[in-house]
Amino acid sequence: MSEQEIDLKKRRFLTKATSVVGAVGVGFVAWPFLSSWMPSARAKAAGAPVDVDISKLESGQLVRVLWRKKPVWIFRRDASAVASLKTLESELTDPNNEEDQQPIYAKNTHRSIKAEVAVIVGVCTHLGCSPTYRPELGAADLGGEAWKGGFYCPCHGSKFDLAGRVYAGAPAPTNLIIPPYHFVSDSLIRIGVDPKAS
Amino acid sequence: MDNNKSWIDQRFPLTKVWNEHLAEYYTPRNFNFWYFFGSLAMLVLVMQIVTGIFLTMHFKPDAANAFASVEYIMRDVDWGWLIRYLHSTGASAFFIVIYLHMYRGLLYGSYKAPRELIWILGMVLYIALMAEAFMGYVLPWGQMSYWGAQVIISLFGSVPFIGPDLLIWILGDYAVGDPALNRFFSLHVIALPLILVVLVFLHIVALHTVGSNNPDGVEIKKNKDKDGIPKDGIPFHPYYSVKDIVGVVVFLMIFSSVVFFAPAMNGYFLESANFVVANPLKTPDHIAPLWYLTPFYSVLRAIPPMFGSQFPGVVGMFAALLILLALPWIDRSKVKSIRYRSWPYKVALGVFVISFIVLGWLGMQPVTPLNALLARVFTVAYFGFFILMPWFTSIGKTKEVPTRVTE
Amino acid sequence: MKKLLKTTLPVLAGLILSLNTLASPAGGTLDRANTDINNQNSLQNGAKLFMNYCSGCHSISFMRYNRIGKDLNISDADVEKYLMFNGEKTGDKVTSSMPDAGAVKWFGTTPPDLSLISRSKGTDWIYTYLRGFYIDESRPFGVNNKILVNVSMPDVLWEARQNKSTEDFDQDVRDITNFLDYVGEPAKLVRVDLGYKVLGFLFVLFILSYLLKKEYWKDVKYGKWRAKD
Repeated sequence: MSEQEIDLKKRRFLTKATSVVGAVGVGFVAWPFLSSWMPSARAKAAGAPVDVDISKLESGQLVRVLWRKKPVWIFRRDASAVASLKTLESELTDPNNEEDQQPIYAKNTHRSIKAEVAVIVGVCTHLGCSPTYRPELGAADLGGEAWKGGFYCPCHGSKFDLAGRVYAGAPAPTNLIIPPYHFVSDSLIRIGVDPKAS
Repeated sequence: MDNNKSWIDQRFPLTKVWNEHLAEYYTPRNFNFWYFFGSLAMLVLVMQIVTGIFLTMHFKPDAANAFASVEYIMRDVDWGWLIRYLHSTGASAFFIVIYLHMYRGLLYGSYKAPRELIWILGMVLYIALMAEAFMGYVLPWGQMSYWGAQVIISLFGSVPFIGPDLLIWILGDYAVGDPALNRFFSLHVIALPLILVVLVFLHIVALHTVGSNNPDGVEIKKNKDKDGIPKDGIPFHPYYSVKDIVGVVVFLMIFSSVVFFAPAMNGYFLESANFVVANPLKTPDHIAPLWYLTPFYSVLRAIPPMFGSQFPGVVGMFAALLILLALPWIDRSKVKSIRYRSWPYKVALGVFVISFIVLGWLGMQPVTPLNALLARVFTVAYFGFFILMPWFTSIGKTKEVPTRVTE
Repeated sequence: MKKLLKTTLPVLAGLILSLNTLASPAGGTLDRANTDINNQNSLQNGAKLFMNYCSGCHSISFMRYNRIGKDLNISDADVEKYLMFNGEKTGDKVTSSMPDAGAVKWFGTTPPDLSLISRSKGTDWIYTYLRGFYIDESRPFGVNNKILVNVSMPDVLWEARQNKSTEDFDQDVRDITNFLDYVGEPAKLVRVDLGYKVLGFLFVLFILSYLLKKEYWKDVKYGKWRAKD
């Protein structure tokens, strides 16, 4: 048994096989560590759907609620505000909601289930600031006569209309996000759950 | 590939380090079972650091929230239970591996010249590891965490003159509480791990300077061939790297069995009283440190208070630890390995191991008159091993050490 | 090396065994609970009984309703119907609605949270405790307990104790105990199974790495690293 031939082929095969199986093992081990960064049960519970009572919401008034740690705006638009949305199309980046920034049931001019009630995630699509509500018509600092009311982001100057659609030329690339929501009753909105398919 | 290599080599000694410490680092060919534990200790250190980093992301170092945040990890964080069990089991595994690693040193005289510094660095590592483990055990803020910390830290209060002030300074309060938890957290996750990593680095640098000992205690560097390669040496890589992988896999099998089938290890790795949140008003019926600290805890309890002070016990406890540092100088034997030692050393080592284990066991038991007596007897035996070492290592007939390692 | 293993392993094994017997919790008087965490019916029944008899006073505040539902295979609708009585959300933690002040007035103490009772006391203790009530007129609630002397808790299960056969009653208690064991460590449901898979994987890796080691060490045995004199 003295000078036994070294089987290089076998050696290479075993080296590869051990490395591959070992690498698979490292992958398995990595998985729990990476998963531990996902929202925990506590974060999920805290991100549960939020109910908002809009029975006392007056025209033009806006309320903010936290849903999944983000501000959500709920505000009432009067008929003239809704009508003005159609007139703005030429000034907007994406007037027809081609980008997937809203549930299918909000893919319309007013970007909502009911035209007069808007529900919008108040986080700028540029870098995450929360824009300011500027409903006053013709605000001098926002373009005077042309301003039909909307939102202005203080961080980098992006402008949005009253349906959360972004004005062309703003740093923000897309319209604001519309969260999933539905009307539990005429006066109660549940944010975080789509309307029943039926 | 080779281009890249030389680009790096002009700027960083990559190939040089690889060769000096792996591919052309010559290691005795006759390593046995006991030589797995160095690399395993390294593995466990890395594992503790990685799991610890992830636990720190979810843990709250705050007396009001710490306990709940551990349960949050165990339940609400995806896979948090596994990361926590890996860390808690890893703590005990670390000590098992380290104790076997140290015992190897005793078996084969690995602390003897020229390896005194490796031993000293290793001992400092061991002491730092104990501090690390103790502080880590405080963090879950259960009853054992709290009362264990209370008892151990109270020891500092027995230091003559400055004790009471020292105690308050360590705690930042009048008893164990939020400030203590917070500073222990900081030391546990930043200061001590940094020290451990640096010490491990130095331990290995020292080892690679003199080379490994082996079960025969033969210096392989004394027998080199014409190329200057030790005749009994083989390159660490690939021979010991592939061997250590086998050791790692076997270790992981045993380790996983504990993590998945008995993570509390019957109360040895996670004590049941620690599943009750810390309550400064009520001490649990029976408190004991975790198993790896109990031999020294036993020594503490075995030494009676003198002059109305617990301080002699504290001194005894630290002496039991620090006396290990003297080993390289109190061992007078001409040979290193147990294989060639005289019978008095073999007997003494046996007595020492038994004393250490019995003291460890006694440290978990309630104090009874019999236990107290046993603790004293074995404390004397423990210290006797060191005090008598210069004598029993110089008597008796040692066997002839071969010039080359045996198969 | 073989010799070493032969001598050290039995010593180690003996040591571990003797430590285990010595460390078993004090009081050999506990009855064996014999719970089976893989018995889902038992866990479901235990959950229902716990919510009906215990949760009025005792929280299990580290547990969430929807987690119980998911782990024990109970639908959200059934969780709300059978386990939740106070209009919480399904992601909420299971907390009792009893105010602390009221508890002190009625029982002289606040009922402990039971999230970790199975880990601090053990399942045998819970099982023995729940079965250990006996009549003692000198106590405020007319009952005392064999292992928790002068207990402040009334015997909430007395009705079942009287109306059911001993076997059925013991099974109910066992189910509650089983449920509390699950509550103490929800991961217990998955970790043992996962453990076998991990060991299986490591075994494959062991075979491969062992063959690899053997292959390379042929050099040391016969080949280029064989010491030449």
